[in-house]
Amino acid sequence: MINITVNGQAQALDVAADTPLLWVIREQLGLTGTKFGCGIAQCGACTVHLNGTPIRSCVTPLAAAAGANITTIEGIANNDELHPVQQAWVAEQVPQCGYCQSGQIMSAVALLRDNANPSDQDIDQAMSGNVCRCGMYGRIRKAIKTVADSPVQMYNPETDAESQEVQHG
Amino acid sequence: MGKWTRRGFITAGVVGGAALVVGVAIRPGDQASKVAKYVKGKNDSLVTAWIKIGLDNKVTAIVPHSEMGQGAQTALSQMLADELDANWDDVSFIEAPAEDAYANFSMAKGYILGDANIPKMLVGTVDGVFLQATKAMHLQITGGSASVRTTGVYGMRVAGAAAKALLLESAAEAWQVPLGELSSALGYIHHKNSGKSAPYAEFAAVAGEKTPSSTPRLKTPDEFTIMGKDKPRFDIPAKVDGSAQFGIDASVPDMKIATVQAAPVFGATVKGFNAEAVLAMPGVSNVVNLDDAVAVVAQGYWQAKQALAVADIQWTSTQEDSRNSDAILSQFQNDIKQARAEGKTEEDKTQGKPEAAFASASRIVERQYSVPYLAHACMEPMNALARVANGRCEIWTGTQNPLGFKHSVAEALEIDSENVSVSNFFMGGGFGRRSNADVAIQAARISQKTGHPVKLIWSREEDMGHDHYRPAVASDFRAALGENGFPTAWENTFVDKHEPVEAPYIPYAIDHQDIAFVNSPTHVPFGPWRSVDHSQHGFFTESFVDELAHEAQQDPYEFRRGLLSAHPRHLKVLNLAAEKANWQEPLPEGKGRGISLQESFGSIVAEVIEVSVNEGVVSVDRVVVAIDPGFAVSPNGLTAQMESGVIYGLTAALYGEINIENGQVKEQNFDTYPMVRMATAPVIDTFIINSHESWGGAGEPGTPGTAPALTNAIFAATGERIRALPVSAHKFA
Repeated sequence: MINITVNGQAQALDVAADTPLLWVIREQLGLTGTKFGCGIAQCGACTVHLNGTPIRSCVTPLAAAAGANITTIEGIANNDELHPVQQAWVAEQVPQCGYCQSGQIMSAVALLRDNANPSDQDIDQAMSGNVCRCGMYGRIRKAIKTVADSPVQMYNPETDAESQEVQHG
Repeated sequence: MGKWTRRGFITAGVVGGAALVVGVAIRPGDQASKVAKYVKGKNDSLVTAWIKIGLDNKVTAIVPHSEMGQGAQTALSQMLADELDANWDDVSFIEAPAEDAYANFSMAKGYILGDANIPKMLVGTVDGVFLQATKAMHLQITGGSASVRTTGVYGMRVAGAAAKALLLESAAEAWQVPLGELSSALGYIHHKNSGKSAPYAEFAAVAGEKTPSSTPRLKTPDEFTIMGKDKPRFDIPAKVDGSAQFGIDASVPDMKIATVQAAPVFGATVKGFNAEAVLAMPGVSNVVNLDDAVAVVAQGYWQAKQALAVADIQWTSTQEDSRNSDAILSQFQNDIKQARAEGKTEEDKTQGKPEAAFASASRIVERQYSVPYLAHACMEPMNALARVANGRCEIWTGTQNPLGFKHSVAEALEIDSENVSVSNFFMGGGFGRRSNADVAIQAARISQKTGHPVKLIWSREEDMGHDHYRPAVASDFRAALGENGFPTAWENTFVDKHEPVEAPYIPYAIDHQDIAFVNSPTHVPFGPWRSVDHSQHGFFTESFVDELAHEAQQDPYEFRRGLLSAHPRHLKVLNLAAEKANWQEPLPEGKGRGISLQESFGSIVAEVIEVSVNEGVVSVDRVVVAIDPGFAVSPNGLTAQMESGVIYGLTAALYGEINIENGQVKEQNFDTYPMVRMATAPVIDTFIINSHESWGGAGEPGTPGTAPALTNAIFAATGERIRALPVSAHKFA
């Protein structure tokens, strides 16, 4: 049994320890917003936060997440209120096919939390691990900049959600 | 704006042998009743094939195009809602179901396979308008940038206008007032003199019993209230919170997950594999031999993938086992040379007397170009969920061609297409790839053989190695130059011609032209790739024109201008791009600008790309796009499509290369198939000309002109002319 916390919910998982976190999130937990793109940490579609740090869940074994707090795209809104980054994505009409956007948003949320006013270079560095095959880089950059000056509130899964143990296996 | 006659559309249903329901009322008992169940909810009245008006006055646009991010569903709804005078806040859409009543499969199949534009038997029995409409409707295919320019113009607008006319007529009867005294706005009908006012819903039931006008009046552009405005796309909110459901997210109870490995060399089959080892792996329930592939069925994807890795599959050998890309390119070049020498080319387009013009030319310029195979590399790897049971097959997937999938799966399983259903999902990229039913057929066969509902997910490696590739193509040119440096004759010979027919044609005034092709088949499967044949011919023709400008010692922009006397629309677009890019302003050493002009899918696009080349590294600084799409239904949506088309084209031009080695694809994943990313993406500025000429497409026209504008810019910066893509295969001093 491996214990992790996902979006504030404690999860006890009877899953092989080498299973990439991506497939645990998608198949065991049914959180399908996190996407499979390449399986080798080249595209960023699978980006989630592990204790606040953006990681590629497709190459992160479940064992490496044991005891950690995981946040997925489903866990960043504050109940009905979208995260400011999500709001900016809607305002700038960023997504086209939308498949990469969960990962893009998770990378942008982490960037803006650590750097309230990122330069173009900061954006290049933080976002270049996320491929958008529809090529919406200009809109992503603009959306990040519109959020930059407004205070970004990170949803805190530990305090904002009631902890509840769920078992999977 | 083309003419529209209802007669044409009714003829469509009869001629095709199946109901082609276009903007006509569906009433119980008519030939389209099969679709009624999908759109007729409780207390709803169905007015036309594309409009449902509920008792709550909500309007549902039933749009026969799937969503892969191009925003077509929103744009089409705008077209319908505007003509209907609906309240935009009350408008939503559903995707038209994959039913034959919406389309004619035999036409669709011919079109998709490229072996027929429209079946010959139909030509002459129908008019040009019907041909246009058939090409769009039919087809229920999302591709060819057809949504707005065909479904929208010939379907949605007409349906909206016809429905509004029916509702007004019904209101006039109910209120016993002259029709001319009524007006409509925001989903209501008003009678000024009596002060009466009522929502459309009140008249929907009566209107549904009427025969629509044969020629509903369409709005003129000055009357548009919703078309030409930026409306937030319907599909975006679900794409920022993880709730959007893509094919890969589909699930049904008791579903298992499968993954496959197909023969690495196209055409090989399974000789043997270690089933025992696979079945001994955790979570595995089945291993299936699909003849040209082996599938493993397990509880989860990771288990299936791990188990497939121990299958130790042996493949039969084929004649192609030692084929590689260089040999394929040599084959193309030799076939072109030989066919020209022997006069055995297939004629594509001939005008004037090219032979005589070359014979008397003062100078002849010859050039050879080529492009490699390209993968679509959709972000979402190919997948499909299938449940085959009791003689029925249900498919859940993201497809550009739901109706084609339905019939292809039925054919593969040898069951009646009536017994196949296809539920469509969002597509994580399409670009042409998701018009091929291969993965849905595999999923259905695995489900049939195992008895489980099976979601088949391809690995990225499988996706890249078993695509239907943008073909590799070689193209040879000759031009005869006159005394003033302008060309008098143009000769082009290339391998393999697909769609669209006009892709290799040029807008330039060159009197004598000989455009021809040679069939030079390979074992590598090909398919439509964003902008289809334009993706290669745009590069070829716009590179060669640029070279001719250089030979004539003229500015490449001015040179093109000098050849556009017969095409004022093109000239205007070219001028706008040059102006916005400050074409005449000199650039410092190491920088250069390149220009291109390409008409595709009914839209005219000019691009100016500015590059810097530093120590052999090319960086793209800015792209200016000017487009005349006739009319931009959604300006922001069109702009987004230009940005997308340019980045897709840039990725291909800079890095895109699928190599064949020992008969199989060498590149396997994104680590060897690089793409433009945030740090390498240029600023893209789009400028739109609403000429109000015929309406064009958006999804594809941004792509073809990108490669030539880029390589022309590199030439301007370095003097190095790139005639074989990608750019990354070349070294610059």
